[in-house]
Amino acid sequence: MTQTPVLLVLLLALASAAYYFGCKRAFRVADGRIRNLHSLPGYYGLYVALWAALPALLVLGVWLALQGSMITRMVVASLPEPIQQLGPDRLNLVINDIRNLVSGNIVSGEPDAPTLAAAEYYRSLLGTSRGLLFVVVLSVAGLGGWFGYSKIRPQHRARNGVERIVNGVLIACSTVAILTTVGIVLSVLFESIRFFQAVPITEFLFGLEWSPQIALRADQAGSSGAFGAVPLFAGTLLITLIAMTVAVPIGLMSAIYLSEYASAHVRAIAKPLLEVLAGIPTVVYGFFAALTVAPFIRDSGSILGLDVASESALAAGLVMGMMIIPFVSSLSDDVINSVPQSLRDGAYGMGATSSETIRRVIFPAALPGIVGAVLLAVSRAIGETMIVVMAAGLASNLTANPLEAVTTVTVQIVTLLVGDQEFDSPKTLAAFALGLVLFIVTLALNFVALYIVRKYREQYD
Amino acid sequence: MTNPTKASTEGASSFARVQAGMARRRAAERRFKLLGRAAVGIGLLFLAVLLTSIVSRGYTAFWQTEMRLDVVLVADEIDPEGTRLVDTLHKADYSALIKQSLRDMFPEVSSRRDRFALYGLVSNGAAFDLRDRVMADPSLIGTTVSLWVPADDDVDMLMKGHIDREGPEADRRIKDTTLGWIDQLEADGRLALRFNTAFFTKGDSRDPELAGIRGALMGTIFTLVVTLALSFPLGVAAAVYLEEFAPKNRWTDLIEVNINNLAAVPSIVFGLLGLAVFINVFGLPRSAPLLGGLVLTLMTLPTIIIASRAALKSVPPSIRDAALGIGASPMQATLFHVIPLALPGMLTGTIIGMAQALGETAPLLMIGMVAFIADVPQGVFDPATALPVQIYLWADSPERAFVERTSAAIMVLLAFLALMNLVAVLLRKRFERRW
Repeated sequence: MTQTPVLLVLLLALASAAYYFGCKRAFRVADGRIRNLHSLPGYYGLYVALWAALPALLVLGVWLALQGSMITRMVVASLPEPIQQLGPDRLNLVINDIRNLVSGNIVSGEPDAPTLAAAEYYRSLLGTSRGLLFVVVLSVAGLGGWFGYSKIRPQHRARNGVERIVNGVLIACSTVAILTTVGIVLSVLFESIRFFQAVPITEFLFGLEWSPQIALRADQAGSSGAFGAVPLFAGTLLITLIAMTVAVPIGLMSAIYLSEYASAHVRAIAKPLLEVLAGIPTVVYGFFAALTVAPFIRDSGSILGLDVASESALAAGLVMGMMIIPFVSSLSDDVINSVPQSLRDGAYGMGATSSETIRRVIFPAALPGIVGAVLLAVSRAIGETMIVVMAAGLASNLTANPLEAVTTVTVQIVTLLVGDQEFDSPKTLAAFALGLVLFIVTLALNFVALYIVRKYREQYD
Repeated sequence: MTNPTKASTEGASSFARVQAGMARRRAAERRFKLLGRAAVGIGLLFLAVLLTSIVSRGYTAFWQTEMRLDVVLVADEIDPEGTRLVDTLHKADYSALIKQSLRDMFPEVSSRRDRFALYGLVSNGAAFDLRDRVMADPSLIGTTVSLWVPADDDVDMLMKGHIDREGPEADRRIKDTTLGWIDQLEADGRLALRFNTAFFTKGDSRDPELAGIRGALMGTIFTLVVTLALSFPLGVAAAVYLEEFAPKNRWTDLIEVNINNLAAVPSIVFGLLGLAVFINVFGLPRSAPLLGGLVLTLMTLPTIIIASRAALKSVPPSIRDAALGIGASPMQATLFHVIPLALPGMLTGTIIGMAQALGETAPLLMIGMVAFIADVPQGVFDPATALPVQIYLWADSPERAFVERTSAAIMVLLAFLALMNLVAVLLRKRFERRW
């Protein structure tokens, strides 16, 4: 890994040199008179520098991305036949041993001869690859620089060339958003398809039992995993519902109060303070829920004679609601403020009081926007992870009682993926199927919410 | 109109009717206003309860109970051959010396069980402190040194009043005999609460009294540096393209829809992406800040792009027109005139995005930044964890002393967040221009 920075520094030096010589050549071909040139001399320098650096960087990136998997494949191909016949997980162990040997880490057990030989082969391949990379990258940089340099003429439109390249870079940067979406969809989709080959999709979506433990041996208890996700969906909905019962009334009422009643002074203090709630990391809420709110609810429950689980859905939902208050309030605030003043004036002119104006005129007018805001808040609550991981339970429990422990989609994703992962067992793959559901649901909620909000905005614009 | 008398009586009656309802309507108005005030009050109350509960649990973690020991550095124990070689000094059994000094203080303790309890008063880290002291100055060998070493976390909790002295002995983590020793040590001035430097200078540990946030903090810093280095240029470039150059077509619309949707995708899904693509396909090292930075970049990018576009939008068109009018190309107008004016707004958006990344935990869990890592990471390829993840890990630990440390780590995290937001606000105040 140390060679990459060296290469980058070398490339930077090459590009600077290219810039310098490009400028110089531009002066020379113009006979020292800049007005003979199409562009400013700096653009000629930049043109050459970009030609030297960009293709080389591209080659470097591709090389580094592919190097690891290529070498591993070649090493695996060189291993003796019986080792290659091992299952993928055993083979992975062997590869790990080889990698550890190469990087000088501690290896599990005494390495045998084939492993040692493979490690040696790995090391030599790595050495060859590194040497080759140096030669290839530097020669690509040299060739590119020479090409750019040779194109310098007084009539050459260097500025247009540079601007085209910059434009291309800008376009490439803006497509990262699309690539990310594609990456998310593909990564979640592929693993989910593999999961659905092992577990039928109908069982996943409509099954009532969730116990993703796959036993290592056939005689272990609970050896057959059950992947019915309905308890998870129910748990997620329950916690979201509790969160919304807290967040929607409080958020909405505080938005109304702050935008219609509060003096500018109160608003200037209370609004940012409420928004602090949105800036606090979710892990802090999780800690608060698990250590302060949950014991409090359990103790008050036992005073009332109720049997409350120590990881009750109520605690997680309550704290999640707290977190979402500013989300609901600032979105509804925007919506309420965008209701035209003329509607208010009309209502006041008819003799309505402020609260009547708000309830009978402003609220109905703002309703679609508020619905949109609530939908966005719901999608936030469904995808929220840390609070439920720390404060909700792990046991799947199909119940509507907020005092019992339930588990959610995000909790299960975390529990399935933290720690050991096997990408050929349904247990690990199930997390991706849950991720797919999460992604689709939040996406759909957002689409609907944004559609409603936009439609409503147009009404008054 | 023909009968004025009738009209006036009708007017009087509707006036009376309105008057009759007025009290009820005013009461409704008051109730509604009160409701609004209560909502704001409840929201602020939540905030206050949250912050007080964290601070009241956590502020004690900045002090740590330490014990003064007089350790006789017996030359025969440490370095029998008198070579003073680094290796010999490193390997010597310092915990035996510490135990001896404890036995010297309480000579009456004889049974195995009691001795074991006695040794438990001092943290496991005491021997390492002593070793470092001796290695720094080998001439101490043969003398008696007096040094402060961290006490065990149970002693610490007792000193801070988190363990109830009065409860039945069987339920207490500290038994009556131990309690007697502690009282005696305290009376001798050998136990004291001192500033907890280890909390800021050490990595994670299984022993609460030795655990610090340095490792997590460095991991966070490396992760954020990677995030900043990638997301700022990418975000600004994307925003400039979309706002200044992009033609209005399907492709641009697609990009915009994508950005808006990515802003609302749950963060844990980005973790799944990191796991499936960056680890399984590209083979990047697990648990490394580089990987965390990549994932957080993708997560914060929409925030930065949206803020940067708003900043670009607020630059008036007259600036562009003036530049174009004197012969600048559109690219030159944007690069040299529009972007410098929009930069403060872009930076503010970036800082807010970074603050979001600083507090993010869920995606880091997916890519293996949750391992127990005692070493402080030295670079972006070393396995590391981050401050929020450290909070998550400590919150799961059963020891009472970790509750205090978790809260203290949260206080540090919140302080960083407050600082970043403050910088963003000041930046906005200082450079905000009204056109």
